[in-house]
Amino acid sequence: MTIPSHANVLVIGGGNAGLCAAIAAQEAGAQVVLLEHSDQQERGGNSKHTRNLRVMHNAPTATLDNSYSAQEYLDDLLKVTQGNMDQPLTEFMIEQSATLLPWLQRMGIHFQPSLSGTLSLSHTNAFFLGGGKALINAQYLTAERIGVKIFYHAEVTSIHLEDGAFKSAAVTNRGFKQTITADSVIFASGGFQANKAWMKEIWGCVADNFIIRGTPFNQGTVLKSLLAQDVASVATPEQCHAVAIDARSPKYDGGIVTRIDCISFSIVVNKNGKRFYDEGEDFWPKRYAIWGRLVAQQPEQIAYSIIDSQVTEQFMPPVFPSMQANSIEELAQLIAIEPSVLTATVTQYNNALASDKKTAQYNPKILDQCRTQGLTPEKTNWALPINKPPYYVYPLRPGITFTYLGVKVNNKAQVLMNDGTASKNMYAAGEIMAGNILGQGYCAGTGMTIGAVFGRIAGEAAACQLKK
Amino acid sequence: MSVEKIAIVEIVDITNNNTPSTALVEAERIANICNACRYCEGFCAVFPAITQRRNFNEHDLEYLANLCHNCGACYHACQYAPPHEFSINLPQTLAELRAETYQKYAWPVKLGSLFHRNGLMVAIAVVLAMILLLSSLLLFQDRTPVFTQHLGAGAFYQVISHQAMVALAGTSFGFAIIALLVSFIKFCRANTITLAHIFSNNVLVKASYAAGTLKYLDGGNGQGCHTKDQSFSNTRRYFHHAMAWGFVLCFLATSVATLFEYSLDIMSPFPVISLPVILGSLGGLGLIVGPLGLIWLKIITDPKIISIKYLGMDYAFLLLLLCISITGFLLLGFRSTSAMGMLLIIHLGFVFALFLILPYSKFVHALYRFVALLKFYHEQAATKK
Ligand SMILES: Cc1cc2nc3c(=O)[nH]c(=O)nc-3n(C[C@H](O)[C@H](O)[C@H](O)COP(=O)(O)OP(=O)(O)OC[C@H]3O[C@@H](n4cnc5c(N)ncnc54)[C@H](O)[C@@H]3O)c2cc1C
Ligand code: SF4
Ligand code: SF4
Repeated sequence: MTIPSHANVLVIGGGNAGLCAAIAAQEAGAQVVLLEHSDQQERGGNSKHTRNLRVMHNAPTATLDNSYSAQEYLDDLLKVTQGNMDQPLTEFMIEQSATLLPWLQRMGIHFQPSLSGTLSLSHTNAFFLGGGKALINAQYLTAERIGVKIFYHAEVTSIHLEDGAFKSAAVTNRGFKQTITADSVIFASGGFQANKAWMKEIWGCVADNFIIRGTPFNQGTVLKSLLAQDVASVATPEQCHAVAIDARSPKYDGGIVTRIDCISFSIVVNKNGKRFYDEGEDFWPKRYAIWGRLVAQQPEQIAYSIIDSQVTEQFMPPVFPSMQANSIEELAQLIAIEPSVLTATVTQYNNALASDKKTAQYNPKILDQCRTQGLTPEKTNWALPINKPPYYVYPLRPGITFTYLGVKVNNKAQVLMNDGTASKNMYAAGEIMAGNILGQGYCAGTGMTIGAVFGRIAGEAAACQLKK
Repeated sequence: MSVEKIAIVEIVDITNNNTPSTALVEAERIANICNACRYCEGFCAVFPAITQRRNFNEHDLEYLANLCHNCGACYHACQYAPPHEFSINLPQTLAELRAETYQKYAWPVKLGSLFHRNGLMVAIAVVLAMILLLSSLLLFQDRTPVFTQHLGAGAFYQVISHQAMVALAGTSFGFAIIALLVSFIKFCRANTITLAHIFSNNVLVKASYAAGTLKYLDGGNGQGCHTKDQSFSNTRRYFHHAMAWGFVLCFLATSVATLFEYSLDIMSPFPVISLPVILGSLGGLGLIVGPLGLIWLKIITDPKIISIKYLGMDYAFLLLLLCISITGFLLLGFRSTSAMGMLLIIHLGFVFALFLILPYSKFVHALYRFVALLKFYHEQAATKK
C-alpha cells in the first residue's frame, strides 16, 4: 500500500496523541491517514514507555481511590509550573480529563490499580494494565479496525503552509520522497529531545552527555518547520522534563527501568568528590524531576549516588547492579575520584550527623528530619551515617524525558499563528504542544493526559470541519 | 555497559553442579529488569512474585517459570522486546526453563531425558503399548476373538482377558502415579513448600480455584491472552477448559466403571444411557474439542513467544489425547460389530501409552504449576501478615 496523495485528515506521529486523534477523527466520519516515522516494532514513540495518566474524578473509580477534584489538579499543576502555563486551557484540559477513562477503555485499553512502589499516585493516576506499550497496541488495533490508514517508515520532513493554513507535507517513505495534501492536519510528532544538534544549540556541549529516555524518532522536524513559518510558539527551548538516570543506560529508549530511586537515602557527589544539593529535601517522587537538571549542571554532567549496606532494600531495585567496595577509598577508585577527597566528603558528612543523633529517629516513611548540622549543602532528611560496609555506588547522568517548546494552541487544539489567529485546518496534540500546559516543571501522568485530551479534541474538530 | 554483559549469575545448579542453563541465565537477567520495571504487574502471578524479591536464585526462577501460562501478554506489552537492545522475551525464556524443570524433577531422574524428542518418545510408547496388548493376546489366548462379534456383558473381556487388562492398566497407571508423586514432592521441597503451608491461610483453596478456573489466563482483566498477534482472546482458556475437564470426566467415567464392575458386579460394556458412558462421552467430547482447538492455536500462535524446542512435547500430548477420544467413540459406535476387537485393542493401546508416558509428558505441567500456585498464595499470605 502506498501513501495516498490526499487525506481528509492527516495525522503526523503515531504515539498516544496521534492515535487518539486518528481514532476520534475516523469515528467522526473522516478518512484518516496516519504517518509514523518508525517501523511497526518500534512504534509508539514515548507513549510506549508510560504507565499512567492523571485524571480528575469526583468519586472513586474501579482503579482510582477517593476523588481528585479539578481544583486539586489545578493546584498541583500551578505548584510545579509556578504558574507558567495557559491557565484557562489547563482548566479546560482538567475538565476534559474526567471523561477520558471510559473513552480509552472503548479502545480496548485496560486500567489497573497503581503499581507496587507507586502508592502516592493511587488517587490521581490511572495505570494502564501492561503499561504504555499495551495501550499503544490497543490503540493501533482499534485504529486499524475502524479503517485508519497507517503507514510506518513514513517520516514527514517538512510542512508547507499557505496563508496560515496547511497545504501539504513532504514525506520520505522507505527512501522515496512524496507529498501529501489534506483538508486538515493534526501534528502529534512529539518534542525534539532526540535531535542532538538542536539540543546542542541550546545546551552547548553539555548535551553530549544527555541520555534520551524515550524514542530516538522525536527529532522535532515538524515542530521546527512550523516555527519557521509564523506559527506561534510556547515554552522556552531549554524547558524539559529531566531526571537523573543510571549513566550506563542505553543512549535512547532506556525507559523507566534506568531510573535510580536511592538518591534520598544516599549522598550524591560530583566527579570532584563534592556534594552539591540536599539529597533529602523532600519525598523522592516530589524531587525526582529536579535531579536531571542538577546533574546537568555538574562538571562533565556526571554524579555518583553513594549508599552503605543499611539502606539497600529501601528503594525500587535499579536495572543495573551497583558497583561496590568495602571501603570508601576503594569505592573512590571505582569511579575515578581522588580517594582522599571522597573520604573527606564522607567523613565531613558523617561528623555533621553525630550531634543530632538523639533528637531525630530515622524513618523513610515521613520527613524524619534526621539531618546534618552545619554542612554545605545540608542533608535535611533521612541522613544516616555512611559507615556500614560494603558501600555501593550508582553513576548518574541527566536523562531527558521530553522537551516543552511547542506550538501554541487554543481549546479546540487549533494551532495559533503569531498574530494570534487560529489556523483553520491545523491542530496539534501531545508533546508538540505540551508547553501550553507545562511551561516548566512536571506532574506525573500529565504527558499522556495532554495527548489524550487534545488528541481527541483535535480529531473531532478536524472531522467536524470537513462537514462544514 | 549493556544489560547483557552485566547479568551477574551466581546461580549454581544445586542438583548436579552443572553450569546454569542458557534459559536460567536469561531468566535471571530478565527477572531483574522486570523487577525494575513492573509494568506487567497486573497480567498474572509471575510479576507480583518477582516484586517480592530482589535477587533470583535457581529455585526462584524455576518457580516463576511454572507460574507462567505462556499467555504472551508480557511479550507484546514489553517496551524492551526485540529489537530493543535489552531484547526481553519472558514468555519464551520461561517456557524453556519450564521444560527444563520437568526434566530435572522427573523420577527416576534418568527418564527425565525423555522430555527431549518427546514426540518420538510418545509415538514409541503407543507402538509399544499396542505390541504389548497384542502379544498378551497371542500368548495367552486364541486369536479368533479379536475378529468376531461379541455382545452382552463382559464382551470386552472376551477379546482381552480381564486379568491381562487389569495387570497392564494397574502396573502402568500405578507406576505413573508413583513417579508423579515423587516429582511433586521433589518440586515442593525445592520450593520449600510444606504441608503446613498448604493447609493454612486457604492456600489450597485459592490455588485450586486459580488452577481450576485458569485464572491467570484471563490477562488480568478478563480479556484473555494472545495467540497470533497483539489482540486478546479467551479461546485458549475455553479450549483448555474443554480438554482439562474432559480429562477429568473421562477419569471419572473409568473410576465409576471400575466401581460398577467390582462392587456392583455390573460388567462392561455398559448401556449407552449409563453413568460411565455418559461421563465418558461428555469427557470424550471435551477431549476432541479441546486438543483440536489447542493444536489449532499452537499452529497460529506467534512462534516468538513459545519454545519451539519443546513444541513436540505439546503436540504429542494433545494428539495422544485426541486419539484416545476418537478411538473411544469409534469403539462406542462399533462395539456391536466384529470391528470391536481391533478397535478395543487400538483404544486401549492409546490409553496404556498415556499411562506409560504420563510422568514424562506435558501432563506434568499441571503438577508443577499447582505447586507454583501453592507457593504463590503462601507467599502472598505471608507478606500480608
Ligand atoms: C520513560 C518515560 C516514561 C514516561 N512515563 C509517563 C507516564 O507514566 N505518564 C505520562 O503521562 N507521561 C509519561 N511520559 C511522557 C509521555 O511519554 C509523553 O508525554 C507522551 O507519550 C507524549 O505523547 P505523544 O503522542 O505526543 O508523543 P510520542 O508518543 O512520543 O509520539 C510521537 C510519535 O511521532 C513520531 N514522529 C516524530 N517525528 C516524526 C516525523 N517527522 N514524521 C513522522 N512521525 C514522526 C514518533 O516516531 C513517535 O511515534 C514518559 C516518558 C518517558 C520517556
Ligand atoms: S516484560 Fe517488559 S514491560 Fe513487562 S515488566 Fe518485564 S520489562 Fe517491564
Ligand atoms: S507470558 Fe503471560 S503468564 Fe507468562 S509471565 Fe508473561 S504475562 Fe505472565
